[in-house]
Amino acid sequence: MKVLVAVKRVVDYNVKVRPKADGSDVDTANVKMSINPFCEIAVEEAVRLKEKGVVSEIVAVSMGPKQCQEQIRTALALGADRGILVETAEELQPLAVAKCLKAIVEKEEPQMVIMGKQSIDGDNNQTGQMLGALTGMAQGTFASEVVVEDGAVKVTREIDGGLQTVELKLPAVVTTDLRLNEPRYASLPNIMKAKKKPLDTTTPADLGVDITPRTKTLKVEPPAERQAGVKVADVAELVEKLKNEAKVI
Amino acid sequence: MSILVIAEHDNAELKGATLNTIAAAKAIGDDIHVLVAGAGCGAVAEAAAKVDGVAKVILADNVAYEHQLAENVAKLVADLGKNFSHILAPATTTGKNMLPRAAALLDVQPISDIVAVESADTFKRPIYAGNVIATVQSSDAIKVVSVRSTAFDAVAAEGGSAAVESVDIADDAAVSSFVGEELAESDRPELTAAKVVISGGRGMQNGDNFEMLYKLADKLGAAVGASRAAVDAGFVPNDMQVGQTGKIVAPDLYIAVGISGAIQHLAGMKDSKVIVAINKDEEAPIFSVADYGLVADLFDAVPELETKL
Repeated sequence: MKVLVAVKRVVDYNVKVRPKADGSDVDTANVKMSINPFCEIAVEEAVRLKEKGVVSEIVAVSMGPKQCQEQIRTALALGADRGILVETAEELQPLAVAKCLKAIVEKEEPQMVIMGKQSIDGDNNQTGQMLGALTGMAQGTFASEVVVEDGAVKVTREIDGGLQTVELKLPAVVTTDLRLNEPRYASLPNIMKAKKKPLDTTTPADLGVDITPRTKTLKVEPPAERQAGVKVADVAELVEKLKNEAKVI
Repeated sequence: MSILVIAEHDNAELKGATLNTIAAAKAIGDDIHVLVAGAGCGAVAEAAAKVDGVAKVILADNVAYEHQLAENVAKLVADLGKNFSHILAPATTTGKNMLPRAAALLDVQPISDIVAVESADTFKRPIYAGNVIATVQSSDAIKVVSVRSTAFDAVAAEGGSAAVESVDIADDAAVSSFVGEELAESDRPELTAAKVVISGGRGMQNGDNFEMLYKLADKLGAAVGASRAAVDAGFVPNDMQVGQTGKIVAPDLYIAVGISGAIQHLAGMKDSKVIVAINKDEEAPIFSVADYGLVADLFDAVPELETKL
């Protein structure tokens, strides 16, 4: 079966972003960009399913500026077969991304769409669920285990109290949580090979999707700073401070 | 302005996060309706009717909603929600799973995990693991919003006397089914609701050593959490993870034991009132947010702390 994997270009997780001085946006000039960690887990899961013989083809999709090709190439180096870039310089909000993905799903007809549960920039945790709604597909969010059998997929989900398992008819959307797998490193030969894999480019307009933003960011600001407190010499002093100064015990 | 709040429950009890979400709803307007969707959940609806500030409770009691399958509940929420100006749900795993699906059915761009209400259409929410707070304005006709429960003080569970109205809608999309669940059994308070949280990190070295933290927790009536490093190392199960992608906590007292303090962890606990860090590495970033830092070997300090309390 065919699997579609969505990958997002985000500020690398090691970078501590800051708001611009005018508070209009975050400052992402000259910072390192990477594939969103949850998306990398999605690619890895698709590749493992292919290695098991469950999946025959993996299509990696990304959306945004031309540079998103880099993240698609990363997915191709990890084992995806071909890429699609939905290119736009405009802001893409999760609803718009879900609409573009729906258009691609209609064209490609994958049996499963695997994507990250959230991106570490917007922290929205929405797109997979919205793609499910727009296509009518079932959704298995926050997955820690994915088992495909008999035209269905069993997804074990990380929920607040523990784990929940649901069974979804295919086609379905799966969003990955951290412990689904540990992504491999791309080998140099695979990175070289990835450069020759096909990568098509389209646009939201070609897909017939209106991407007009529905929300506007009025300002961004740093959170209230916490001041570092004091170092205590020993446990006795800690207990004394908690009792008499902080009065929390 | 009429607001639909989606109740969090397990068919038996109304969960506390609902009360925080109703508090956020009150900051928007005062015509607050609560939807209780589940199966055999009449008692939950009765409890919701008593909550301070609730005007009406809508009860959708049907086997299709028993396990909160998003495919079914989102359809119900979208159907009922189109008559409201706002739809709010707690930003729990249940809310996060269902709400965006309902929003997409309504052609709305939802706003996730708000920490403040600025006006009826403008909200504050953390982005980039809480390193930045964005003020976001929605132009959609219906505002669909998930609420970070730790950012709003719960309303009183008693004091209201709303009517309960049953609706007979059975939205079964028939594309998903519940297989089973493994829920952690614990006599300790829930992580997100506890007044005191003690978390262990990689420095705990193994799962058995968490026993020290459980003992200390029982003395303080605390919940026990963990850093991602401790969960990834297999010391403890994933539902104990505190951080950007785990649980967000804001207790009166947070004790970080053997946790270095990656920004992803700080995102989950830095709104705690008082933070204590115990770590033998005095350069650990956790000390930069701690009110009280103790540079010590946790294997000496934790047992000593337990005996001195």
